Amino acid sequence: MEPKKIYGILSEKFSGKMKQLQENTFPASIFVEADAVVDVCRFLKKEDGLEFLSLICLSGVDLKEQNKMAVVYHLGSMKHKHTISIKAELDRSNPHIPTVESVWPVADWYEREVYDLFGVIFDGHSDLRRILMPEDWEGYPMRKDYVYPKRYHTWDV
Amino acid sequence: MAGTDEKFMQISMGPQHPSTHGVLRLLVTTDGEVLSGVKPYIGYLHRGLEKIAERLTYPQFTPFTDRLDYLAAMNCNLAYAMTVEKLLNVEIPRRAQILRVIMAELNRISSHLISFGSFSADMGAFTPFLFGIREREFINDLFEMTCGARLTYNYIRIGGVSQDIPEGFIDKTREFLDYFPAKIKEYNELLSFNAIFIKRLANIAVISPEDAFDYGVTGPNLRASGIKWDLRRAEPYLIYNELDFDIPVGKGEMGKVGDSWDRYMMRIYEMEQSANIVRQCLDMLEAGDYTAKISKVLKPPAGEVYVRAENPRGELGFYLISDGSAKPYRLKIRAPSFANLSIITKLARGVMMADLIAIIGSLDIILPEIDR
Repeated sequence: MEPKKIYGILSEKFSGKMKQLQENTFPASIFVEADAVVDVCRFLKKEDGLEFLSLICLSGVDLKEQNKMAVVYHLGSMKHKHTISIKAELDRSNPHIPTVESVWPVADWYEREVYDLFGVIFDGHSDLRRILMPEDWEGYPMRKDYVYPKRYHTWDV
Repeated sequence: MAGTDEKFMQISMGPQHPSTHGVLRLLVTTDGEVLSGVKPYIGYLHRGLEKIAERLTYPQFTPFTDRLDYLAAMNCNLAYAMTVEKLLNVEIPRRAQILRVIMAELNRISSHLISFGSFSADMGAFTPFLFGIREREFINDLFEMTCGARLTYNYIRIGGVSQDIPEGFIDKTREFLDYFPAKIKEYNELLSFNAIFIKRLANIAVISPEDAFDYGVTGPNLRASGIKWDLRRAEPYLIYNELDFDIPVGKGEMGKVGDSWDRYMMRIYEMEQSANIVRQCLDMLEAGDYTAKISKVLKPPAGEVYVRAENPRGELGFYLISDGSAKPYRLKIRAPSFANLSIITKLARGVMMADLIAIIGSLDIILPEIDR
């Protein structure tokens, strides 16, 4: 299905929660209000004709210039062979977004990774711990203003 | 032993354990021989590749992609090169495209050979491992004569490949392709249809199609569950749409569709198909440039793309954001093994301890791309 059509369906169903459609990215991006992200994702997964059964990729992006933190969901449907990316922009100083774990269980690990590297808090997540960095690591390494520590325990970094 | 209570025992398996295929730690809760829970701990090989990418120029990052899935470095190079090319919008010469497919498919065979070999070693049969290594040696020699490296090739570059194939490459590859099918038959006689091997794998850890989607399982693991999904067919890149090959799917030959034996067998079937593809590509090979003319300093226009390719272990994707400078603004690596491993907690509930080894082996994970 064309991104324009998907955006049309979404804006009708969730009026006021859709912000913008950006077509010059690949795949096209739809900007969504953070508090609506679970409902939108569940709708995209379940609705006939859309059926985005796979959460292909979930990434964090630090938009320091705009003082924002973005969470990007790449969704795909193997049945209809279409892909779309859903974006939510959060406040950089206090990034919070509800978890989509209940929609796609794989989001459990993806969200832990974004929390680990960007410090985005996924509200309602069942087990929000660091996943790639050591448990006692301080700071969020993928942020643009991250300063490397000089030492970690007994090692020089 | 990590701790006990009245009924359950907690055992830490790994990070240094031969059957975890790298440094993976599994905190296993057992009730006698039966597992009541498995908690994976990853990150031991985390090198911060995504952060490193933000400090390097686009071509400088290519060798780092070798270190993602080091058993299929060509395929990782390819996916990264395609991502940057998509942003740059360049046309790749036909000869370079065919060379890329040849290398990617040869690497798929060598990766599956290791998967086949190490899985058999996990199951207590050591001979097949040596068989797998023996045939892989041929492919390593082919790669060595092409680019000098045997594991981390850095051969597929942005714009094409780093150099043309040397004299004698085609003959040697044909020699390998003539020799290889008989070997697959040998593997089947030795291992695949061995009664003990089947008993240990059939009906173990069945992944249903719904679970496969929910947990983002891709590659042979997904196809074993009966889903005919291969990016080479579904979203053809390079010259895959001109090639004639089958996509094997799990049929539950020895038990249920999507069990461990199906997942193992997918790799054997795919090796046959890949050999078939390489043969077709050698016939198609024509004179031409091995790389497109691209400038030394790459500055892709601002924008973002998500490009994916079918790796031996599943879908490898790169989410790349460019701000118009010579370095990526953000590069997210979507590694197939990361999602494939996340299903293990669900699969390993209620199975026997020895089956856990079969599950890890049949998922065919590789840790460097999980940890990045």
